Amino acid sequence: MTGALVIFFVLAALAVVGSISLIVQREPIHSALSLIVVMVALAGLYLLMGAEFVAAVQIIVYGGAIMVLFVFVIMLLNAGEEERTNFSKLATFAGIPLALAVTGFIAAAIAHSSASLPAPEPSGALTSTKTLSMLLFSDFVYPFELTSFLILVAILGAIVLAQREN
Amino acid sequence: MVPTNYYLILSAILFGLGIVGFVFKRNIIAIFMAIELMLNAVNLAFVAFSQSFGKVDGEVFVLFVIVVAAAEATVGLGIIILTARNRRSLNVERVDLLKL
Amino acid sequence: MRPILENLWIIPLLPLLGCALNGLLGAKWPKKTVDAVALGSTGLSFVLAIEAVREFLGFYDSNHHAFVKPFFDWIVAGNFRAGFDLQMDQLTVVMVLVVTGVGFLIHIYSTGYMAHEGGYYRFFSYLNLFMFFMLILVLAANFALLFVGWEGVGLCSYLLIGFYFLRKTATNAGNKAFIVNRIGDFGFMLGMFLLFRTFHSLDFAVVFDATSKLPREAMGQFGTLTIASLLLFMGATGKSAQIPLYVWLPDAMEGPTPVSALIHAATMVTAGVYMVARSHVLFTHAPTAMYVVAIVGCATAFFAATIGLVQSDIKKVLAYSTVSQLGYMFLGCGVGAFGAGIFHLMTHAFFKALLFLAAGSVIHAMGGEQDMWGMGGLAPKIKVTFWCMLFGTIAIAGFPPFAAFFSKDSILFSAYNYEHSGKALYTIGLLAAVMTSFYMFRLIWLTFFTEKRYDEHHVHVHESPSNMTVPLMILAFLSLTGGCFALPALFGGKDYFAEFLAPVFGAAEAAGGEAGQSLEHTLSIVAVVAAAIGLLVAWRMYAKKVQRRPSQGLHKVLYNKYYVDELYQAVFVGPLVWLSRIVFWKVVDVTLIDGTVNGIASGSRAVGDTVRRTQSGNTRSYAVWVLVGAIVVLAIIFWPILHPALFGEVR
Repeated sequence: MTGALVIFFVLAALAVVGSISLIVQREPIHSALSLIVVMVALAGLYLLMGAEFVAAVQIIVYGGAIMVLFVFVIMLLNAGEEERTNFSKLATFAGIPLALAVTGFIAAAIAHSSASLPAPEPSGALTSTKTLSMLLFSDFVYPFELTSFLILVAILGAIVLAQREN
Repeated sequence: MVPTNYYLILSAILFGLGIVGFVFKRNIIAIFMAIELMLNAVNLAFVAFSQSFGKVDGEVFVLFVIVVAAAEATVGLGIIILTARNRRSLNVERVDLLKL
Repeated sequence: MRPILENLWIIPLLPLLGCALNGLLGAKWPKKTVDAVALGSTGLSFVLAIEAVREFLGFYDSNHHAFVKPFFDWIVAGNFRAGFDLQMDQLTVVMVLVVTGVGFLIHIYSTGYMAHEGGYYRFFSYLNLFMFFMLILVLAANFALLFVGWEGVGLCSYLLIGFYFLRKTATNAGNKAFIVNRIGDFGFMLGMFLLFRTFHSLDFAVVFDATSKLPREAMGQFGTLTIASLLLFMGATGKSAQIPLYVWLPDAMEGPTPVSALIHAATMVTAGVYMVARSHVLFTHAPTAMYVVAIVGCATAFFAATIGLVQSDIKKVLAYSTVSQLGYMFLGCGVGAFGAGIFHLMTHAFFKALLFLAAGSVIHAMGGEQDMWGMGGLAPKIKVTFWCMLFGTIAIAGFPPFAAFFSKDSILFSAYNYEHSGKALYTIGLLAAVMTSFYMFRLIWLTFFTEKRYDEHHVHVHESPSNMTVPLMILAFLSLTGGCFALPALFGGKDYFAEFLAPVFGAAEAAGGEAGQSLEHTLSIVAVVAAAIGLLVAWRMYAKKVQRRPSQGLHKVLYNKYYVDELYQAVFVGPLVWLSRIVFWKVVDVTLIDGTVNGIASGSRAVGDTVRRTQSGNTRSYAVWVLVGAIVVLAIIFWPILHPALFGEVR
C-alpha cells in the first residue's frame, strides 16, 4: 500500500462523503458547504496526479468564486429548508434505476477499456505550468478566446438579469 | 502510484451521485450544485486521462470546463434569483407554468 | 331545294328553345307570353315537320333508303363514332307527325286545363323539353342518340308526373316511373353493347345492313341477334309498360291529365314500339325474340284489360287501357306485322289522347273529382265532352269505320296467321278486345248516364272552355277518319298505310298480307261482334241503375291489380331497401367508413392525450426524460462494447 494510494483513498472517501452529504442535506447552505468539501478533495486529487495548475485553479475559481457566488445567492434568497413536495411520480420511481444505469454504462466502459490504458507516469512528476500555457496559447488559442468572449456574454447576461424592472 | 482506473471509477461514482441529486433534490440551488458536482466528476476523468497519456491536453480542457462552469453559474444563478422572486418559492416543483 | 330536310335539327330545337325561355324567364311573364312561347315553338315545329315530310316525299324514289344527315360528331372513340345524326324515312314521317301534331293539340288543351294551376310556366317548360327529347328519339339515326332521347323522355316523365311535387303520392309515382324505366334501360344498354360488339357501330344503317346479310337464327336458338333483340325488348317493356315493368304507368296518373295524354298515351310509351319497329331487321332475324315479344304483348293486353274491368278512377281505367293497347302493338310487331303495329300506334295516339283529354275535361267540370262512383248523369251537362268521349270509346272498342277497327283488326289477322301458336294468340287478343269494349262502355255509362252520385251544391258542373274543347273535337275527327288509310283494303283495294311503310318494313310486310280475303273478312266481322258483346254486357250491367257492392273475391283481386305492386315490394323493393339501410348504410357506411375515419381522428386524439401527459410542467420529470435520452445515446455509442459485456464474452 503505497502512500499515494492511501492519500487517494482518503481524498476519494472525502469526495464521496461530501457528495452524499450534498444530496442528503435538507438545507441548501449545508449542501453548498458539502460541495466545497468535494471541491477541495478533488483539488487534492488533482495535485496527487501532478496537475498543480489545475488544482490551484480549482480552489481559486471553483471553490473561491463559484461556490462563494452560490453561498451569496443562498443568503440573498434566504433559502431555507427544502420543501418535501413530491409531485413527480416519474422521478420517484425512475430516478435511481436510471442513475444506476448511467453509472453502470460508464463503469462497464471503463472495465472494458481498462486494459488498453497506458500506465501512468511515476507519481511525483508535476506538469509544468509552462507546458500547459504553451499548449493553451498555441493549439488552443481559439477556444481560449472564445471562452473570454463567453465570459463577456455571461457578464452582460448577469447585468441584464439584475436590472430593475422599469 | 494509483492506477488510472481508480480515478475513473471515482469519477463515475461522483457522476452518478450528481445525477441522483439532480433528479431528487427539490431546491433549485441544490439541483444546480448537483450539476456542478457532475461537471467536477468529468473534470476528474479528464485529468486522470491526461496523467495516463502523459499529454497536457486533458488539463487544458479542464480549464475550459471550469471557465464555462463559471459563466454558467453566473447566468444561472441570476435566473434563479429572478425566478425565485417571481414565484416566491425555491421549490422547483412549483415552477410548473409549462403544464398542459 | 330541301331547306328543312337539310336542317332537320331545327325541328327538335324549337321546343328546346321554348323550354329554355319559359324555364328561365317564364316565372315573371304573364300567361299569354308563356302560352305564346310554348305553343309557338311546338306549332312551328309541327309546321316544319310537315314541310320536312313534304320535302322527303318529293325526294324519295324507290332506289333511296332513308335520308340520313350527320350533323356533328358526338362520341368519337377509336373506331367508334356515334354522331348527332338525324334521319327521315317513312316510319319517321308517321312518328314525327304524330308527335308534333298530337303534341301541339295537347299544348293548346293545356293552356285551358292548367290555367288555374301554380307553376304554369314550369309545366310548359317541361312539356317543351319532352317534345325536344321525343323528337330526338324519333329522328335519331343511331342507337346512341335514340337512347339520349329515350332517357330524356324518361326524365321529363319524372318531372311531369311529380309536377305537383308537394304531394307525396305524386313524387313517389315519379320516382317509381323513373326507377322502373331504369331497370328496362339496363337491358337496353346491354343490348346496345352487344350490338356494338358485334357490328362495331350503332348506326342504324350499318347495323341493319350487316344484319340483313346474316342468316336467320332458328327458333329456340339464342344467338347473338336473339339475345340483343331480347335485351332491347327489355328496354321496351320498361318504357312501354309491358309485363313485368308496367307497374309505373297506373301510378303515373298522379300527373296532370295533359301529361297522361301526351306522355303516357300518345308518345312516350310508344317509344318502345317505335324502337322495336325500327329494329325490325334484328327481330325478324331472331324468331325466338319475336315470339317472346308477341307473347308478352298478348299477355299484357289481356292482363291489363282484366284489371281495367273493375277500376273506379276514370284515369286508372284509361291507364290500364293504355297498357293493354300497347300490348296489342307489341303483339302486332311480334307476329311480324310491324306496319300494323305502327298503324295501331298512330290510331291509338289519336283516340287515347282524345279519351284522356276528355276525361280531363270531365274532371275539370267536376272540380277535381276523379272517381266514377262520384259522377253520373253528366251527359246533358257537358255535351261536347260527352260526344268526344263517346267517339273515343267507339274508336277504342273497334267499331268501324273508326280508326282502331282497322288497326286492331290488322293485328289480330296477322296474329291468326302467325306460325307459332297464332290461333291461341288470336283468341286471347280477341278476349282482350271484348274486355276493352266492356270497360270503356262501363266508363261511359257510369260517368255520363245513371243517376247523379254527386252533390249539386258542392260541384258546379260546367263545360270546358274552347281551348280545351277544340282539340277534343279535332282528335275526335282524327279518330273517326284516321283509319281511312287502310279502309280500301277491306274492300279489295290497297292498304295505303302498309304500302306507305313498305319501303321501311319491306319483306316483313309480305309475311302478313297474302292470306285469303275471305278469312280477313270473317275475322273482321268476328272482331265487330266481340266489340258488340262487350257493349251489350256493359249495357246490361251499368246502363240503368247501379249499385256499388263491396269488393270481394275475384273482384277484389282485380281491383287490387293482382297485388303485383305488393309482390314487387315484398320481393324486390323491401329486400333492397333493407340491404341499403341495414347493410350498406348502418354497417358499411356508418360503422366501417365513418368508424375508420372517426377512428383515425379519435385515435390521434387518444395518442395526443396520452403524449400530453409527458408535458406535466414538472421540472423533475423533465430531468428524468433528459436522463432517459442520455441513456439512449450512451447505449447507442456503447453497444458494441456492452454487447459482449452484458451477455458474456464468447471468445
